[in-house]
Amino acid sequence: MRDALSRRQFLLSSVGAVSATWVATHWPDALAAVDYARHAVRSGAPPKFEFFTPEQAGEIDAIAARIIPTTGTPGAREAGVVYFIDRALKTFASDDRRIYLEGLPKLQERVRELFPGVGKFSAATAEQQDHVLASLDGHTSALPLPFRPKPGARNFFETVRQHTLAGFLIDPDSDRGGNRDGVGWKVIGREPEHTFQPPFGYYDKDYRGWPPASEDIEKK
Amino acid sequence: MISDLPKYKTSDEVDFVIVGSGAAGGVLAKELSTNGFRVVVLEQGPYFTESDFTHDEIKILQEGLLTNHPELQPNTFRKTVDEQAKQQRAVAYGRCVGGTSLHFAANYWRFHENEFKERSKLGAVPGTGLADWPISYGELEPYYAKVEWEVGVSGLAGASPFDPPRSKPYPMPPLPVKCSGVIFEGAARKLGWHPFPSPLAILSQPRPGRSACVNCGFCWGFGCEVKAKSSTLASVIPLAERTGRCEIRPNCYVYGIELGAKGHVTGAVYFDLQRDSHLQKAKAVIVCANGAETPRLLLMSANEQFPNGLANSSGLVGKYLMLSSAGRTVGLFEHPLNDYKGFTASRVLHDFYELDPQRVGFYGGGALDARFSYTPYFFALSGLPPGTPSWGTGFKDALSHNFSRTMEIHSSGTSLPLEMNSFSLDPDLKDAWGLPALRMTYRDHPDDLKLVNWLNDRALELLEVAGALNKWSLPVMEQQFGLSLLGTCRMGNDPKSSVINSDHRAHDVKNLFLCDGSSLVTSGRGQPTMTIQALAYRAADRITALAKRGDLSA
Repeated sequence: MRDALSRRQFLLSSVGAVSATWVATHWPDALAAVDYARHAVRSGAPPKFEFFTPEQAGEIDAIAARIIPTTGTPGAREAGVVYFIDRALKTFASDDRRIYLEGLPKLQERVRELFPGVGKFSAATAEQQDHVLASLDGHTSALPLPFRPKPGARNFFETVRQHTLAGFLIDPDSDRGGNRDGVGWKVIGREPEHTFQPPFGYYDKDYRGWPPASEDIEKK
Repeated sequence: MISDLPKYKTSDEVDFVIVGSGAAGGVLAKELSTNGFRVVVLEQGPYFTESDFTHDEIKILQEGLLTNHPELQPNTFRKTVDEQAKQQRAVAYGRCVGGTSLHFAANYWRFHENEFKERSKLGAVPGTGLADWPISYGELEPYYAKVEWEVGVSGLAGASPFDPPRSKPYPMPPLPVKCSGVIFEGAARKLGWHPFPSPLAILSQPRPGRSACVNCGFCWGFGCEVKAKSSTLASVIPLAERTGRCEIRPNCYVYGIELGAKGHVTGAVYFDLQRDSHLQKAKAVIVCANGAETPRLLLMSANEQFPNGLANSSGLVGKYLMLSSAGRTVGLFEHPLNDYKGFTASRVLHDFYELDPQRVGFYGGGALDARFSYTPYFFALSGLPPGTPSWGTGFKDALSHNFSRTMEIHSSGTSLPLEMNSFSLDPDLKDAWGLPALRMTYRDHPDDLKLVNWLNDRALELLEVAGALNKWSLPVMEQQFGLSLLGTCRMGNDPKSSVINSDHRAHDVKNLFLCDGSSLVTSGRGQPTMTIQALAYRAADRITALAKRGDLSA
């Protein structure tokens, strides 16, 4: 099961015992406690790879780091995306193992084809890496939407791309092992809490309330 | 408390077996058990509690923790009856106690008065089965009010000039407006339209054992951990269990309804979790399994008397499928909206609910609402403007800038009932239990597609007035996938052109009732669950009256 109590499990253990109103009022405190517990768990030894060899992991890490690069802000590397993918291939994405195992050698072939002398993807310059990845990008046009059928056979690059996005942005409280320390959410401006009160943003802070004051709301 | 819940033996002839515990099944279970009847609810999926829910997008939106499983229960799809159907996920529905009410967006407006008599008002739409309902808005009105008060709907009576008459105000005020709602409201009013606070089956104030919405940001598609979303799991199922007369039996996959010698049904046969088969005996059966699984169950229950499927003398079981047409328009703004905070939609407008076919050149009508339905990972997959790089620095820059500055306008509208659009049994493919797979045949009527394009154009117009920096609509395509599954056992007075009567009783079988999305005669303008629940409350009254005067026995 989970390494640490999740926010919601903590929350729900409270719902049985106390009123829902208590929960709503005290959620922030409850979450702080959970965060503390999680941090304690995280500061242990770094995770080991369960599916990839260290060599393979290095290549995947290099690809992920071009998909979401480290710029002025953290990227896939800081979010621990490669650990997420490693765990994914042992769990929910085990069907995709072949795509990785067949894709990696082909990637290296492409590296040698385009840049003779460069031994492997991770040894290439960022520019060369982008060139290699662009040559593998099938430019999928089907948008993956919730619940929808999976867009047909995915190629290696598209598979790594989707896994990288997931590993960067998945709820850090989930047991997937991605979005380490919530850096992905920080980058996109998603605050880490799971409870919010208005005003939520720029446009609602001066909202004057309903009903609107002056205008005519007669039936057209 | 759990130990006090009743457990019936399968050999006990209970008063009612209800198949499905979703929006309709949950309501019927509560009403009938409260009225003194002994009820067993057979639910395909598991009995989750709030601690099983998660904000893990993969588990919920991709693996479908709460929904039917595309590999265990595969579907096939074809556009027309001339095509060979191919395996493809065609439907998603909540497969757990609470059903789809567990994870919906909870838009809960009432159908308007004209919805029920549109055929008479407009005349026939050639080539379609557009028909009047056998009941009126007036007959349903008290039950709409009952839904609002019992399951918990927030909203503001009188806020929309197009709202149908109502006997009671909402039991609680609307949820707070989101930035998308403020932007939508301002621009719509400049255009002379009439936005109003979305009526939502989400609590704005706490109720006993349930919290008000805490705006967590994982709403559409997700189960609610604080019981603010008014699923039947959070609202009426606990009341049903509290009567001591209702057993909710999860992990029971009903695959047949038994017909007795006298032409009345005697119970439902199902597989339990171990795939052992059981017959639960009952004096009457109510199928609330949704617009896909209800007709599938009737078709699987064919027998000598009903070789084309139980209660299918009309030949219409599974036909006239309507998926609700829908479109998505996206706008990007200068400042952060942070619209990921909160529930899905906070403002809606009904100015286009009934378009004049003479003026626009097609049949239909719909609603626009201001929403943000993306969660972070799915935003990265599908929320950026067309033409944005899909990886690299350009992608990352757009992703980091846009996530907090994006809103959507959702178009939802009519679907015309076409006889060839249907659910049927696939002749070849079987599911993991060896039962025939669900086959969907669907092709939108051209007017449905014209309507969505028309509504999307209004959404773009609104975003223009609102000062969006960028705006785009997703291409409107023929639907091959359904979340709203409507019309497949339609209600009507004539047994030749409908499957159930206005009491939800199958025309062909005295003690068999069907109540869910399949009962609808027209599609509404999207967001059908409110009406499905109002129908369920009404059906409970009708069925109670019939049972009390002994009209269910053979």
